[in-house]
Amino acid sequence: MTASQTTKYKAEPADQILVTPLDSLTLVYQRRSGITHIVAEPAPEILEAMGADALSVEEVAQRLAAQFDFDGTQATDIIYARLNELADLGLVERTHA
Amino acid sequence: MHEFRVQVGPAAFRIGSQWKRPLDQLAELYRDYPVPTVPDYSVRLESVSLLRRFIRPSVAIHGDYMLPDAAPLPLAQGLLAAEMAMNLQMALGWRRHLLLHASAVEKDGRALIMTGQSGSGKSTLAAMLGHRGWRFMGDEFVLIDLDKGDAVPFPRLISLKNEAIGAMMATALDGRFGPLMEATPKGDIRHLVPPADAIAAMAQPARPALLLFPSFGFEATVREVAPSEVFMRLTQASTNYVALGEKGFSTLTRFVQTVPARAIDYRDGIEAEALVNQLWAECA
Repeated sequence: MTASQTTKYKAEPADQILVTPLDSLTLVYQRRSGITHIVAEPAPEILEAMGADALSVEEVAQRLAAQFDFDGTQATDIIYARLNELADLGLVERTHA
Repeated sequence: MHEFRVQVGPAAFRIGSQWKRPLDQLAELYRDYPVPTVPDYSVRLESVSLLRRFIRPSVAIHGDYMLPDAAPLPLAQGLLAAEMAMNLQMALGWRRHLLLHASAVEKDGRALIMTGQSGSGKSTLAAMLGHRGWRFMGDEFVLIDLDKGDAVPFPRLISLKNEAIGAMMATALDGRFGPLMEATPKGDIRHLVPPADAIAAMAQPARPALLLFPSFGFEATVREVAPSEVFMRLTQASTNYVALGEKGFSTLTRFVQTVPARAIDYRDGIEAEALVNQLWAECA
């Protein structure tokens, strides 16, 4: 079992961020830190799909595949990379199952 | 210690100085402005040392907000030191509005805001338009109301640099100019008192209607600027965006979502005025 399969991710609670889409980029203001993050797709879509749940990469991919037209199994690597970027920004928390 | 007080837009300043002359120059140039009773900021112009008060006098800026490495200026540039000190208080201390490093003019209750690097011509353009049918609102800072989103004027003295001095002396024939200060750290500087209507209406805000990013020195072109780029450029042009927290975010996002933005290149004032009028008719 790889690290990506055991790690769960939890998004910053929805009431703790202000999300403003602008043309090709989306602004995410984080109340806790006072930092404004400027992100591109699919980062805002990932945050929205995660809701309040602790999810594995595969579970996030499944949720996104249900909403958007793509194969969730092929997108896992991309979503794994984006989740870790969001975690480095502090917009997603890593938890271990 | 000599003292001078002045109200510029919503901000009240008290300037103290060991020398009388810079304050006399300020009092003359700001003679039509209100005199506040309770200042928001206190600024002091002091000699670098006791001896330097008399021998090659040298002015150091002290105030509520300071930059520790600000170089002292010769006494002949005391007026510039006072103006720089007032700007510094605003840039570092003001929290009542979102502060944008920009110039602005008003027509029909709506504001044209111009921002850009030093040398972009935003200050000269605002000064010129202020003498050609627009109300001058400010050449250094535009204050954005945190609740309503209106632009609030900050019409301090217009600070003209280098070639802009001659250009404005030709445009503002009845203008009141301060002393010419040569070879300052910013080049040649001469202050111009804003037109009387700008001072009389300095408490009247205007609804932002058009944002321009001017660039001087290139063939006339117009480029649309996307809201995300506007947002990034304005966070860099704001000295208090981070300090305002969530209020700053909501104020700036509303601004970029509602105010159309264009980047313009121009080679002279006539070309710039034509572009401004064209874009004002199209967008504002």
